[in-house]
Amino acid sequence: MTHPVVLGDLLGGVWTYLSDGAHWQGNEGIPHLLLQHVQLTIVSSIVAAAIALPIGIGLGHLRKAGVVAVNIANIGRALPALGLLILGVESFGIARPSGVFSLVHSWPAFVAMVALAVPPMLANSYVGIANVDNEVREAARGMGMNGRQVLWRVELPMALPLIMAGVRTAVVAVVATATLAAYVDGGGLGTLISVGFAVQDNAQVFVGGLFVALLAITLEVGLAFLQRAMVSQGLRTHGGRTAQEIEDEIGEGFDVVA
Amino acid sequence: MFAFTPSTVIAHVVAQDIGPKWLYWPWVSQHLGEIQQRLTQHIQLTALSVGFGMLIACPLAFLSVRYRRFYGPVLGVTGILYTIPSLALFALLLPVTGLSTATAVIPLTAYTLLILIRNIVTGLDTVPAEIRDAADGMGYSRTRRLLRVELPLALPAIVTGIRIAVVTTIGLVTVTALIGQGGLGALMLDGLNRDFRTPLTVGIVLSLALAIVGDLLLLGVQRAATPWLRKGRT
Repeated sequence: MTHPVVLGDLLGGVWTYLSDGAHWQGNEGIPHLLLQHVQLTIVSSIVAAAIALPIGIGLGHLRKAGVVAVNIANIGRALPALGLLILGVESFGIARPSGVFSLVHSWPAFVAMVALAVPPMLANSYVGIANVDNEVREAARGMGMNGRQVLWRVELPMALPLIMAGVRTAVVAVVATATLAAYVDGGGLGTLISVGFAVQDNAQVFVGGLFVALLAITLEVGLAFLQRAMVSQGLRTHGGRTAQEIEDEIGEGFDVVA
Repeated sequence: MFAFTPSTVIAHVVAQDIGPKWLYWPWVSQHLGEIQQRLTQHIQLTALSVGFGMLIACPLAFLSVRYRRFYGPVLGVTGILYTIPSLALFALLLPVTGLSTATAVIPLTAYTLLILIRNIVTGLDTVPAEIRDAADGMGYSRTRRLLRVELPLALPAIVTGIRIAVVTTIGLVTVTALIGQGGLGALMLDGLNRDFRTPLTVGIVLSLALAIVGDLLLLGVQRAATPWLRKGRT
């Protein structure tokens, strides 16, 4: 098994690994695995958003089924990603998707990632829309807007910080699950970790961890900038509260599960 | 009669028969000891991680409340830690700390920090200024005011943080199966490696049940510790 090593040896090994040209080409090369990881993440996130956001926004607009929406987020937090992946493999085998979905490389990984990305997006979009002040909504009505206009021109812009916070939480979960996907033949940067672990190559395991960490931080920072650019100046806080404060309250929704 | 049949053939036939079953009760009843051991390990890893998390989060949160300029950087650093996928953190530690409990507990502890610190600070922030003034007027020192007045009032928010941290950690512990720890995650991995569904089902069901039970227990603690919040009292 892998043994603890002196830090200097490890960093030397990592340098040797990175400067070997063979590790930068082919199907097991870092660029290919990185691309796979990004594909898995983006396709799963988009599919999950296409499922979660319309439902969350619709229910929030109608202010229906709030308890369900918030509890879905709490259940999602408790779902073990590794268990879901293995459940996927046991349910429909290691199947390679074709056509557009060949981008996601493996069905079990794709299904697990979507299942973990839907809850935070659904709950946040529900809470974001449903929490828009009634007075604001009525003022929009008074200005002659119909339901659809209220949704698009008032509720959505105001809920955007919270919706984006949900998207960021979901993407973080997807990147993490995509890493685990390597253990069910799902490809991605996790392959460096699983293979490195199997052949006891400490440097490769470390390089895998490093690239996954860098990718996750880059995506998170990128989405944070996107959120800043999308949210209107006057709405940097949400009804006097920040998106984060409202998210903390979603956590308190555990009471409802109980 | 069985003496003439190679035992491997029997094993193979049995595996083909019971492997696809989602729940094969005889396996469960024969492996209660192992299941209990995995469950105990799961609880231990969770308790260690959230416990260490509290030990680190409390001083950082107190510091952030007293000196506000620390809060931003503290949230920034713990936020970045929270973003890094668990398997990546395990991989970064593995070459240094090997297949030890530390390799599992250090990242799991790191993930609790953001949740715990945010909830402790939010809780302390909600203590009304008049109450703080009243404690000062009664001659409380800053430390005594924190321990006797502010912390009890912040308790609901703090316990909420602990509950989220516990539920999240219970889910993440399963991943440590990939580095030779894992608690119930080891059962799931066993299911994958042997193409045998029963341990997988047991692992998933128990880890979900553990998350729900842990959450309810802490909710009970929260209710018991804050009798003044119960309805029907004045």
